[in-house]
Amino acid sequence: MRLKEVVERLGLEVLAQGDPDKEVNWAYTSDLLSDVMAGAQPGDLWLTIQRHMNIVAVAKLRDLAGVVLAKGIKPAQEVVGKAQEEGVALMVSDRPLFELCGELYQLLRGRG
Amino acid sequence: MERRVFAYSVVSTGSFDDVGVVSTEIKRDLEEAGVERETVRRVAVICFEAEMNLALYTERGGNIEVVVEPEKVVIYVEDDGPGIEDVEKAMQPGYSTAPLWVHELGFGAGMGLPNMKENSDFFELTSEVGKGTKIHSVVFRRRENAA
Ligand SMILES: Nc1ncnc2c1ncn2[C@@H]1O[C@H](COP(=O)(O)OP(=O)(O)OP(=O)(O)O)[C@@H](O)[C@H]1O
Ligand SMILES: [Mg+2]
Repeated sequence: MRLKEVVERLGLEVLAQGDPDKEVNWAYTSDLLSDVMAGAQPGDLWLTIQRHMNIVAVAKLRDLAGVVLAKGIKPAQEVVGKAQEEGVALMVSDRPLFELCGELYQLLRGRG
Repeated sequence: MERRVFAYSVVSTGSFDDVGVVSTEIKRDLEEAGVERETVRRVAVICFEAEMNLALYTERGGNIEVVVEPEKVVIYVEDDGPGIEDVEKAMQPGYSTAPLWVHELGFGAGMGLPNMKENSDFFELTSEVGKGTKIHSVVFRRRENAA
């Protein structure tokens, strides 16, 4: 499923667009960077409450489909700017991580 | 492709906002040098973890050298920081001496060194307390995965 479709279905707010046509293969959830480095696969969407600047580098280095900050977590303006500059898709949602994950799981399994 | 040497220095600023800048640059340089995607990905993980550790555990930072050869990419990381007392322990997944407050910034899973080893075909870490730490890593290139 393409990123823009995921954004629409989950009702995410887009802060940095990245590549809306990028295919979201699967997803990964974690707030620790090394764990994402180890566990996330290229094309994964990363759902997290980690808002630090480093999320942009991790998403970029790992070729992730994008980053979703849940639970109303808002990144600093510098983080948004960096994501735009690097072409990394950055989205936010007021909904809790668990709900987003549950819904996305259904979507990506083709049962949404 | 002939042999190419890329050298970078990581400066430890005390703020962690810059972490990832050097590894992002390394990724870009290797892509531009025509290194296949899968190899770039593995090198990127190794360099990112090295960069995080330099920022977190050394006062001044350190150097990363990346050597691209036809058959492999060789990575050297060097610092003159505090060194590691028990290397075997440090290599264990989950082992971390990172202070709790940096967990909030996403550090401290204790996965950095294991990630580096996992993504390397050869990995060697030598360290001396009070002198510093050296890492030598080799990633063999797999041409069938050429991007
Ligand atoms: N360059 C270094 N100099 C001194 N100590 C280091 C260095 N690199 C790693 N260490 C020590 O080894 C431990 C394990 O490192 P590792 O990168 O595996 O995990 P971490 O940095 O604690 O957490 P993570 O990498 O998952 O954010 C560190 O907590 C630290 O005590
Ligand atoms: Mg580390």
